Amino acid sequence: MRIKCPLCGDRDQREFTYMGHETYLDRPADEGWSPAWDTYLHLRDNPAGVTRDLWYHGAGCTSWLLVERDTTTHDILRVDLARDAKRGRG
Amino acid sequence: MRIEGKGRIDAAEQIRFSFDGQRYTGFKGDTLASALLANGVRLMGRSFKYHRPRGVLTAGAEEPNALMEVGRGAAKVPNVRATVQEVYAGLEAHSQNRMGPLAYDLLSVNDLFPNFLSAGFYYKTFMWPRAFWERLYEPVIRRAAGLGALSGRHNPDHYEKAFAHCDILVIGSGPTGLMAALTAALGGADVILAEETNEFGGRLLSEDEEIDGQPGADWVGGILAALRETGRVRLMSRTTVTGAYDQGTYGALERVGLHVNGPAELPKECFWRIHARQAVLAAGALERPLAFPMNDRPGIMMASAVRSYLHRYGVVAGRKVTLFATNDDAHRTAVDLMACGIDVAGVVDSRPDAKALGDYPLYAGGEVIGTKGRKALSEITIRHNGAEQKIATDCLGMSGGWNPTLHMTCHMNGRPVWNEEITGFVPAPDAVPGLTPAGACQGTYSTAGCLAEGVEAAKRALTALGGKLPEMEIPQASDAVGGSKPLWLVKGKGRAWLDFANDVTSKDIKLAAQEAFTSVEHMKRYTTQGMAPDQGKNSNIGALAILADATGRAIPETGTTTYRPPYVPVSIAAIGAGAQGQGFAPERFTTSHDASVDRGAPMVPAGLWYRPSYFPRPGETTWRQACDREVTMTRNAVGVCDVSTLGKIDIQGPDAAAFLDFVYTNMFSTLKVGKVRYGLMLREDGHVMDDGTTARLGESHYVMTTTTAAAGEVMKHLDFVQQCHRPDLNVRFISVTEQWAQFSVVGPKSRELLNGLLDAPIDNESFPYMGCGDVSVMGVQGRLFRISFSGEHAYEIAVPARYGDALYRQLVTQAETLGGGAYGMEALNVMRIEKGFITHSEIDGRVTCFDIGMDRMVSAKKMCVGKPAAQREGLKGKHRQQLIGLKPVGAVKELTAGAHLFETDAAPTRVNDLGYVTSVAFSPTLGHFIGLGFLQDGPNRVGDVVKLVDHLRGVETRVEICSPVFIDPEGERLRG
Repeated sequence: MRIKCPLCGDRDQREFTYMGHETYLDRPADEGWSPAWDTYLHLRDNPAGVTRDLWYHGAGCTSWLLVERDTTTHDILRVDLARDAKRGRG
Repeated sequence: MRIEGKGRIDAAEQIRFSFDGQRYTGFKGDTLASALLANGVRLMGRSFKYHRPRGVLTAGAEEPNALMEVGRGAAKVPNVRATVQEVYAGLEAHSQNRMGPLAYDLLSVNDLFPNFLSAGFYYKTFMWPRAFWERLYEPVIRRAAGLGALSGRHNPDHYEKAFAHCDILVIGSGPTGLMAALTAALGGADVILAEETNEFGGRLLSEDEEIDGQPGADWVGGILAALRETGRVRLMSRTTVTGAYDQGTYGALERVGLHVNGPAELPKECFWRIHARQAVLAAGALERPLAFPMNDRPGIMMASAVRSYLHRYGVVAGRKVTLFATNDDAHRTAVDLMACGIDVAGVVDSRPDAKALGDYPLYAGGEVIGTKGRKALSEITIRHNGAEQKIATDCLGMSGGWNPTLHMTCHMNGRPVWNEEITGFVPAPDAVPGLTPAGACQGTYSTAGCLAEGVEAAKRALTALGGKLPEMEIPQASDAVGGSKPLWLVKGKGRAWLDFANDVTSKDIKLAAQEAFTSVEHMKRYTTQGMAPDQGKNSNIGALAILADATGRAIPETGTTTYRPPYVPVSIAAIGAGAQGQGFAPERFTTSHDASVDRGAPMVPAGLWYRPSYFPRPGETTWRQACDREVTMTRNAVGVCDVSTLGKIDIQGPDAAAFLDFVYTNMFSTLKVGKVRYGLMLREDGHVMDDGTTARLGESHYVMTTTTAAAGEVMKHLDFVQQCHRPDLNVRFISVTEQWAQFSVVGPKSRELLNGLLDAPIDNESFPYMGCGDVSVMGVQGRLFRISFSGEHAYEIAVPARYGDALYRQLVTQAETLGGGAYGMEALNVMRIEKGFITHSEIDGRVTCFDIGMDRMVSAKKMCVGKPAAQREGLKGKHRQQLIGLKPVGAVKELTAGAHLFETDAAPTRVNDLGYVTSVAFSPTLGHFIGLGFLQDGPNRVGDVVKLVDHLRGVETRVEICSPVFIDPEGERLRG
């Protein structure tokens, strides 16, 4: 598998580690434990189709990437820097 | 038998090798199989289950029978296909899966009881007594049935891995592949052409066939010259592409040194990971065996293999050859053999309308219904025009048509599609993105068709890459397709083998159907058809057809099993190349490494780092003596230890303080410049992740330390928090672990030692407890931190790494003049346990800040990572196992880490488990063992006695619960 890092270009999967769904970008604002936190930490969909998740380019530029891919075809549809995606979400 | 003047071997270069101890001679260019056949050796192995005599069936990578052990000693490799292994001087090969000599295998008795050894026999028979399976049945069965054996020793051979990149990868170098590669290169693409064998050309080297009026092999030579001229083609022979993976990644196995008696440092194989933007699959086709009674004797082989041995190696496998075929293609074998003066005793063609291509006896509409010959074929029985007839023969070439080699197109879940016209499966369209199958692997069997498709496929790839399309002329070649009419099973007396390697016959397939294993996947697993080293390359379609017949379905309805990577067996040594020993775990050395080794310290691993365990002195015979001395020395005078392995992260920027406030539970924005603070980091799920000290060197400049073990994880975590949670913060950080050498100087005389080296002396005013700042050490700019991991008055001094060795030696020498010296990991550990400081033995990922008594360190004034989750019900309270100290009751020899804690009157079982021990040490300061551990409601049970039980080491004793801080609970020494 290969991922096209926006900074480093097309790279082999060995340079990356997987974290999980993009939900991790949306840290709840609640100060204390809440259902939102439970959802944030534990509840995930397992889609057959397009999903977006976070990968770490640890053996490259150390960027966190938001990777949009299709779980049924393994196509990688889009790769963005997670920090840009986060800024876009506020 | 060798035919003079035939073949592509180098008759000038003789090669001596041995098989089963017997010496033979072959030529450069021979495979083990061709050289043995040339020497008249037809018996090459024993079958898997029945131990029947077997000879070579094919001339390629799909060989199921001629599997051998090659090499000797530790480097012996089992299950080598003799059709792939090239001979080299001194090669030693041995037959396998036999008891006694190959010709008189004692286990061939199995062959007398085929009815007992049919599919599922073992499962049905060896059922009870249950315990006998593991102890008796399985070992005996495994001894009798199997393949070659490993040496059981470390393989000293070298293997490599490598990466390659290209625009277009062409898999296979027959007419299709060569035209594809040429078209791609002329179109401006960078090309890799991978060929499985030692020579490019594919079937063209195995046939007597012309292209553009030249002999096929000559035409190949011309194309190769043209390819080289482009300067764009990397020609990789002896390279099998083994798998297709996502985003154009292909695995490939190159036999680098398996064909020569080369130097020890020459790698045997190289496993390539090739990234290709586009690929052309030109893998050709494999000939289909015929299932007829007793079709497995040595001397019976594929008709195409007979031609390969003749044209490529100048070898014929018999003096009186017969053929059994369902197609025109196989008749070429008779014509080619007769041209060399070999006697063709007859061609049996199952098609009543078959026509002879030459002057040989043709039995149109005939079938082979039996064979004879104990160790090799001597006679066949045919049924022709309703009568039976015997023909004396020592070699029978068979051909049931061809199967496209479409394996690669299944590697990403593609399902082959049945094509009635060629009565075979062809690749599903676009089964692998970017991979275009062409030629015979697509079902196009004429040479002319292959040449044209090669060009077409390359043009498709070039178009996808946006390149220009070159003008290509298609060379003139034969358009014969070999017209075949399928024949799946010849009825008659005796077993008809389908899977030669796993000894699966047509009866086994029918039995599977009868016992309701009618799905092709179930049939495969029940009979083991297709599960041998050849992975069904020879048997899948035949077995499927018989299953279809037995279940009254058509072949497309029955479906097919698909192929997974790798296409051919790949040695683990090649896949794992580079990941053995230091390649698996690189070694990291501190700047004081040599100095520690000079002092005789045993070095122990700490992650990838190596650190001194202890520093033995004359007269000390155990590590404990050295450790006890080092602890006492440090607590009474001064000790020196390298702490550079701790992660050091330099953090700068106007928002550095805010960032630290967010990743640590406690406040760092309130930390004054020139001060250090202990920090606790949580995971977002509320459990403790890591701890360490962070120093504020300037208003917007901090240096964080992590534990040695978690340095990488913490760095990744900080990257995550900054990029994914707080991109609003203006902060940058980088690991400086290897840039700074850092040493702890510990003990009541630590300041005295430092003042001997610092250019400006320090005192309690300039460097109070938890102070930090820049210092000048013998003219070198360094940093000093007054922090302690031992409970003593202590410092850590840091200098740029290039000064580390000199400073360490200087510190230790100075310490020795003060009655101190170097101490190692053992003493460091004892001192931190005496003081009740935690490590990852305690914060093992399951504990909360409440568990370690630090919940007050979670600041109420701010948000931090893990704070909401740490407040969850269940993560606090009396039911939690919390950090406590342990000391022995009475005369206890030792405490052990990993032991569990129970009430004194409770049975030491899981349900009564109250906690566990994480760290233990003998404290020379206190004169007895001490321990740290976790106990339910521990802090409220100080003074209670509980039972410590270590089932693993057989320890059971009583311990008293106490505070985890054993020495100086008020911290007076720290501030001294």
